[in-house]
Amino acid sequence: MDILILLSNISLALGSFLLLTGALGFLRFPDFYSRLHACGVTETLAAFFIVLGLLLQSQDPLPQAKLLLILLFITFSSPTASHALAKAAWRAGIRPPGEHSAPADKPRG
Amino acid sequence: MLAIAVLITLFVMVLGLARAFAGPGVFDRILAANLFGTKTVLFIAMSGYLFGRPDFLDIAVAYALINYISVVGVLRYFELRNEDQPEPQE
Repeated sequence: MDILILLSNISLALGSFLLLTGALGFLRFPDFYSRLHACGVTETLAAFFIVLGLLLQSQDPLPQAKLLLILLFITFSSPTASHALAKAAWRAGIRPPGEHSAPADKPRG
Repeated sequence: MLAIAVLITLFVMVLGLARAFAGPGVFDRILAANLFGTKTVLFIAMSGYLFGRPDFLDIAVAYALINYISVVGVLRYFELRNEDQPEPQE
């Protein structure tokens, strides 16, 4: 039982570290798409590790089932929300900085 | 370790609020709202285990669903609104 508590603490620590680095990138990156990348990637993985840490710590089967449900839902919905944000920002006209930022739906050739 | 993780989650939520106030344009603020919502889910789940009541997980499941639906709904509104009037760059 002690090894489970140790693994749970390691997983919670990893999740907390990912939260901190994601928040730092979210505050400091220069434009929207890099902020979106920092926030979306670290948020999904940090949620995964934190819920995994809680899953290793719980004993009854019903909270474990609920935690598994949260884990599956966040793993599927957080990247989808990031894609929806990127698509909405692209359609609204926000472009990443650079001189070759042409819209993708212009016909080529 | 659980208490430290709860404090770090609270700190990250405050940082997300800072970006929500300062972010140029509306999409930065929607991103900050999404961040705040998912961190709230983690905060509720961890607080439940910290106080010895894992029954809070029901609230966490419900809030995860609500947060996702509301972010996608708000984005759909802004995407359709901004189709003919493009969003000003920062």
